[in-house]
Amino acid sequence: MTEPVIFDLSSPGRRGVTLPEPDVPLQPLPRGLVRDDLPLPELSELDVVRHFVRLSQLNYSIDTGFYPLGSCTMKYNPKVNEDAARLTGFAFSHPLQEVTTVQGNLALMYSLQEWLKEIGGFAGVSLQPAAGAHGELTGILIIRAYHRQRGDSKRTKILIPDSAHGTNPASTSMAGLQVVELPSDARGNIDLQALRQACDDTVAALMLTNPNTLGLFEEHVREVVDQIHACGGLVYGDGANMNALLGVVRPGDLGFDVMHFNLHKTFSTPHGGGGPGSGPVGAAPALVEFLPGPVIEAVEGDGDEEAPLYRPVMPAHSIGRVKAFLGHFGMHVRAYTYMRMQGKSGLRAIADHAVLNANYLRARLRDTYHVPYDRMCMHEFVAEGRWDDAPGVRALDIAKRLMDFGFHPPTNYFPLIVHEALMIEPTESESRETLDAFIEALQAIADEAHRTPDVLLTAPHKTPFGRLDEVRAAKELVLCCRPAEMDT
Amino acid sequence: MAYIPHTERDRQAMLAAIGVPTLDSLYSSVPADVRFPDLDLPEPLSEMEVMAELQALAEANVDTRHYASFLGAGAYNHFIPSVVDHILRRNEFYTAYTPYQPEISQGTLQATFEYQSLICALTGMDVSNASHYDGATALAEAVTLALAHHRGKRKTLLMSPSVHPHYRQVVRTYMQGMDVTIHGDESCCTGPDDLVRRLDDQTAMVAVQYPDFFGHIVDFTAWAEAAHAAGALLCVVVNPLALGLLKPPSTFGADVVVGEGQSLGIPLSFGGPYLGLFTTKNEYVRKMAGRLVGETLDSRGQRGYVLTLTPREQHIRREKATSNICTNVGLMALASAVYLSVMGKQGLRQVAELCYHKAHYAADAIGRLPRYKIWNSGPFFHEFVVECPKPVADINEILLEQEIVGGYDLGADYAELKNHMLIAVTEMNTQEEIDGLVSALEEASHD
Repeated sequence: MTEPVIFDLSSPGRRGVTLPEPDVPLQPLPRGLVRDDLPLPELSELDVVRHFVRLSQLNYSIDTGFYPLGSCTMKYNPKVNEDAARLTGFAFSHPLQEVTTVQGNLALMYSLQEWLKEIGGFAGVSLQPAAGAHGELTGILIIRAYHRQRGDSKRTKILIPDSAHGTNPASTSMAGLQVVELPSDARGNIDLQALRQACDDTVAALMLTNPNTLGLFEEHVREVVDQIHACGGLVYGDGANMNALLGVVRPGDLGFDVMHFNLHKTFSTPHGGGGPGSGPVGAAPALVEFLPGPVIEAVEGDGDEEAPLYRPVMPAHSIGRVKAFLGHFGMHVRAYTYMRMQGKSGLRAIADHAVLNANYLRARLRDTYHVPYDRMCMHEFVAEGRWDDAPGVRALDIAKRLMDFGFHPPTNYFPLIVHEALMIEPTESESRETLDAFIEALQAIADEAHRTPDVLLTAPHKTPFGRLDEVRAAKELVLCCRPAEMDT
Repeated sequence: MAYIPHTERDRQAMLAAIGVPTLDSLYSSVPADVRFPDLDLPEPLSEMEVMAELQALAEANVDTRHYASFLGAGAYNHFIPSVVDHILRRNEFYTAYTPYQPEISQGTLQATFEYQSLICALTGMDVSNASHYDGATALAEAVTLALAHHRGKRKTLLMSPSVHPHYRQVVRTYMQGMDVTIHGDESCCTGPDDLVRRLDDQTAMVAVQYPDFFGHIVDFTAWAEAAHAAGALLCVVVNPLALGLLKPPSTFGADVVVGEGQSLGIPLSFGGPYLGLFTTKNEYVRKMAGRLVGETLDSRGQRGYVLTLTPREQHIRREKATSNICTNVGLMALASAVYLSVMGKQGLRQVAELCYHKAHYAADAIGRLPRYKIWNSGPFFHEFVVECPKPVADINEILLEQEIVGGYDLGADYAELKNHMLIAVTEMNTQEEIDGLVSALEEASHD
């Protein structure tokens, strides 16, 4: 099933594109600065097409099947979004053009900012961050800048629950602050007593994912937020799980001060096999002026008839740019398209059906798979991929075996606080029939785990590739194929 | 309720299975006083209405398909063969997640491995990561690599003023909590000698750009030697398309090469998503940010690929990770891999040469205009600086009337470069367009 590496398909002298001959007089090339050899492959266009199409066929994707990857919100990526982002005026305008020549782009970004403000309950939004983790770093830098501007520079600690995404502590370190980990209680909430003990005048903020990575809404969210605010700290919201909250509750109303959105999770922009994403950040009134810029501002015209002029501006105490230009505009267009189609009622329906689907799976699977924090969940839940009476079978084996049934596995081994975690997020996109088929597959696998465990331990069997040797990859470290000996 | 497949019957059956009467009752843990806010948002629209609205917004912009454009400054209008977008639109590529399950993700993994290999071939470096957000953030994380390499003992970054202004701003944003001194870029025209003189035993890294922000092609060999003699790393920010023609930075002795990959088959798209290139030498691979794909074997003995050296990453190391990056720009890396494959050895060289010749043709003609002066001294690639007789904004306004997008106003970033315009010329600009620019500039110079 292996496809040759692109360099191995090369044949000296073959060409994939033709280009026009120069229509200007030629000038001497800069002496001593021109390279001798350009070791790129040489292929025809058809070679290239076949190669990448064949590679694509080795991938599993949302458009080929159910992808219940917890915490990743693998919902359907509407096709109209793709067409919208490729409209000529969007795809072929330059980010440094005069503002008068890009009013369409700026108007779209402005609306998107406004809608995200409304959905999240924030006073301002910056669309600059490129991804969720980038939004986190941005948010932590905003919090740091806020405290320092108040002369409160001893606040260097960020409290992070043990159920948090790994990006939370990593973002904290990158901002030069220290991580203090908080334990969870028996119901999957933050341990309030531990929180109380950790709260003092060195706390800059708490990073809170809500719903958390167990898929549970923090039951004491009000107490948690009040506790942090009482000690002078701020609350950062990890908006990775915002899909469950659309039209249900606004994080800003719960007292969150800063939060990132993941347009590539909640607002249907595709994950692209690892990006590009987009991680806009929302901020409460006291923090708006610290947002990274530029942000888009509307300047009302003089007359009633005149449309407002949109322009990029730098907030007064901005932490600065977090990215060149204005952010992942192509993703902004896709998210705008999605939100415009959903409208107010549609957004609420997304949350409702995402939560309905997750609870349906939980209700139907809980007798077969132990669910350690078994209460009404939001958009996802975490089960254990292990049984005392099926020793040797691990979550990994269940994940691999699911591929043979035609499903993408759930996230495994995260969150870290559940043994052999299987984190399942169906999203609202999936029909009851799909969920039922998935339930049947998981039940069949549980049965196999007890009767014929070998079939799990050696899975997958029906995929184009078997289990890959990760140890070998890390030991031999072949990260780059040197071009095959090419005749030059 | 676009894209939601549930029928009323499904909902009722599912609620019954869960054991709750209504959808609303799924949310009992959400505080009641703030539950179900009445959001001030527009009502839903159908697909055809939305597309009509978007079409109108798109048409409210000036774009490079209808205007002749000479604007670059880090984002360039290049030819993109049709095949690139056809591959990007393969559902199996764009609707997949990060390849955490390699048995069913070999498409993304092998394509990423090929991307890494192609970028190594172009830059001459040993290893490339799977991509970073953009050129600016890649540079910021190169600084992190350098700080980690020196184990926090060196806290100074020397940055050339001819590194893209946005990149320098992003580096400062990233470093604001790290107690790092950043200097060297106080004036537009700090020469190499001045900069090299400021190297000391605190310098963790020197950052330069190739071709630089003003278009110059500089051989950085002497800089590399000076940096290495002082124990510092040299980071070169590249435009990879220029490397189709120019010596790769590895020949200078660069330790880290980062850059903006937009020129390799990615549309302007008003500034993003683009492609952050991040490459280095083997010895620094464990300090590198981002994902890496490595070759291995599967249980059936087939060659295959996996994400490797993950102990550097946030999901394993948490606060001790080399970076917080998770989602990168995988699909853009795929675009550049397809672009480089189809352009190939000859095509990329040809594009780079076309840019070079056309830019020099334009510079010669503009330099002959009575009230304009070419500011560059020394060789340049496809961008150059023109000293103008009046404010750049005024000139650009006149150019716009003739359906020409003029160059970048350098006065915004460099106080000394008021009335200086940075002009980019690519293979997309015909001789006729260039001649049109020259005569429009001539016209614009009259009072």
